[in-house]
Amino acid sequence: MAKQAKLELAASPADLERYYREMLLIRHFEEKCNHVYRTGKAGGYLHVYIGMEATAVGWVDALKLGWDYVIAAYRIHAFPLLMGTDPVACMAEIMGRSGGMSRGKGGSMHLYDIPNGFFGGWGIVGGHNPLGAGLAFAAKYRKEDRVTLCFLGDGAANAGVFFEALNMAGLWDLPVIFIIENNEYAMGTAIERHAADTELWKRGLPFGIKSERMDGMDVLKVRKKAKEIVDWVRKEQKPYVVEVMNYRFAGHGAADNDQTLYRELKSVDKQKETRDPIRLLEAYMRANKVMTDEKMEAIDAEIAEQVDEIYEKADASPHPEPHEVYDDVYTDMSPERGH
Amino acid sequence: MPTTMTYREALRAAIVQEMDRDPDVFLMGEDIGKYKGTFRVTDGLFEKYAVDKKDWLVPPFNKNLQDGIGRRVVDTPITEPGFTGIAIGAAMVGLRPIIEMMTMSFSILALDQIINHAAKVHSMTGGQATVPLVVRGPGGAANQLSAQHSHSLEGWYAHCPGLKVVAPVTPEDAFGMLKTAVRDNNPVIFTENPGLYSMKGEVSDDPDFLVPFGKARIAREGKDLSLIAYSRMVNVSLLAAELLEKEGIDAEVVDVRSLLPLDTETIFQSVRKTNRAIVVYEDWRSGGFGAEIAARIGEECFDDLDAPVGRVGGLNVPMPYSRVLELQCIPNEQDVLDCVRKIG
Repeated sequence: MAKQAKLELAASPADLERYYREMLLIRHFEEKCNHVYRTGKAGGYLHVYIGMEATAVGWVDALKLGWDYVIAAYRIHAFPLLMGTDPVACMAEIMGRSGGMSRGKGGSMHLYDIPNGFFGGWGIVGGHNPLGAGLAFAAKYRKEDRVTLCFLGDGAANAGVFFEALNMAGLWDLPVIFIIENNEYAMGTAIERHAADTELWKRGLPFGIKSERMDGMDVLKVRKKAKEIVDWVRKEQKPYVVEVMNYRFAGHGAADNDQTLYRELKSVDKQKETRDPIRLLEAYMRANKVMTDEKMEAIDAEIAEQVDEIYEKADASPHPEPHEVYDDVYTDMSPERGH
Repeated sequence: MPTTMTYREALRAAIVQEMDRDPDVFLMGEDIGKYKGTFRVTDGLFEKYAVDKKDWLVPPFNKNLQDGIGRRVVDTPITEPGFTGIAIGAAMVGLRPIIEMMTMSFSILALDQIINHAAKVHSMTGGQATVPLVVRGPGGAANQLSAQHSHSLEGWYAHCPGLKVVAPVTPEDAFGMLKTAVRDNNPVIFTENPGLYSMKGEVSDDPDFLVPFGKARIAREGKDLSLIAYSRMVNVSLLAAELLEKEGIDAEVVDVRSLLPLDTETIFQSVRKTNRAIVVYEDWRSGGFGAEIAARIGEECFDDLDAPVGRVGGLNVPMPYSRVLELQCIPNEQDVLDCVRKIG
């Protein structure tokens, strides 16, 4: 006879609902971003996080918000949404409007919310990794127990400056966690074609850095592991390397209009069927009778509506004034004017 | 009472004053600590600013949070992009790093960090973050360091909005401008010609002495011709002016000293007085910062000029090792005199 022991939930019902709402917010927000791009209301480069939501939700959940630091590359819309930024300011920035966090100077790749601890927002692959080590250096210099999360992609894990940052983080015991989001593609180049060793978690080992690989699609697994690692780094004051195995359902960027150049669309469909982090959490909540399908549908509709409102408000924000072009180049002077 | 000291000592005095004044100021670079710095600018500072003296000999650094980093003069691995990036990250949360490039030629490795990151932070964050960072080190030819160690890159940096770029020639300006650089909330490129480190001069001992950026200095007054230069080329121009005096030509020497921001007004006033201008710079002649100064004089002082604007720059070749060829590349007072004859 199988025991009918009541399984303990991996998170409280309130937390489960929060993760669900956060992942749905990211999903709907990103879908809206795609719409914004297609309708010409955002330009340039735009990289959505669809499929990878569990990674950001799980890791940010492990932080002391307003105290710890987060820095990432350019697939970053999820972070400010999770860290307390006004989502309207976030969408307005993506649309290049004056209501954006950088008043239209940054755009999709360069979102920052410094007061809330989000440090962007960087477009040179690999280039932000030493900055992440620098945030941790400053925390240690000031004897503050802040932890820095430095997110990078599998493509950036090959960059020379990443290895330099790992070396100094290991040498000086900097409290930084390098989180390699392995979504299997560096733009349009599959990992087997860009990394001599595809086990990217090993990148930390030569530098004496504790390193491991973990799942990035199940938010409950991510959250549990992230909490352990963040607490360890805060206590031990040492760096950590994590390879998070996730998958990007969308193209590399909004301009990636032929994914068949580098992957089979049916394999993307299979990933969507089996690994979608939102569907995984729904299945968990359903199996554990935490939430009914009706409630899930209601939340989904509620958030879709919320995102529509975010978009409407952002779209009402004006474009920057021409004179603002000279603002914030320097803190204390204007650059030279005119052509 | 002003004190006589070398350019090198003036830099060190400025660093000490700023580190003593502000605990957020720290030094980072290759061989700047135990090895005292390749040009000895940071001599003695490693020991002076070791917070935990027991632990300063061997990495790894202190393990406990309460021990912090353990020092304020940080020897780095030979990784310019890496430690420049660490300094930028630390600056974004309010520390005030002074990083040394062993030579400015090595800053080429860190160009991505300096141009693509440091110079863009304030703008890309819409003013949310600042980068109070000083990148200093020897720029220009020393003595037979040949092609990879002799670059004058100040023109590259002065091309880039978001950076400030200074190139002082006197010990007092080195002192006052380095202090200004440390207090500035923007990234500053501070270039020191290696030929200047042992030059002596009087330096103010007023702890509040600062030399503002964006103010050129008249190094020598004259009425017949303006020689416009920065860094060591100011001294070359002063030598040329002495030689010209013997020929009855009274040359004025303008020390630009701050490239970005640039004090065009002082330059234009001098040209409007003398009606002749020659720009002297060590960088490759073609496309160097002297060309920018010459172009501006052409734009704004055309009616005041009695002769074309002259330029004296470094030869457009990779710096050769042979001392004979090296000296041929670096502008000297004779080259300036030749240019005076050429423009007529």
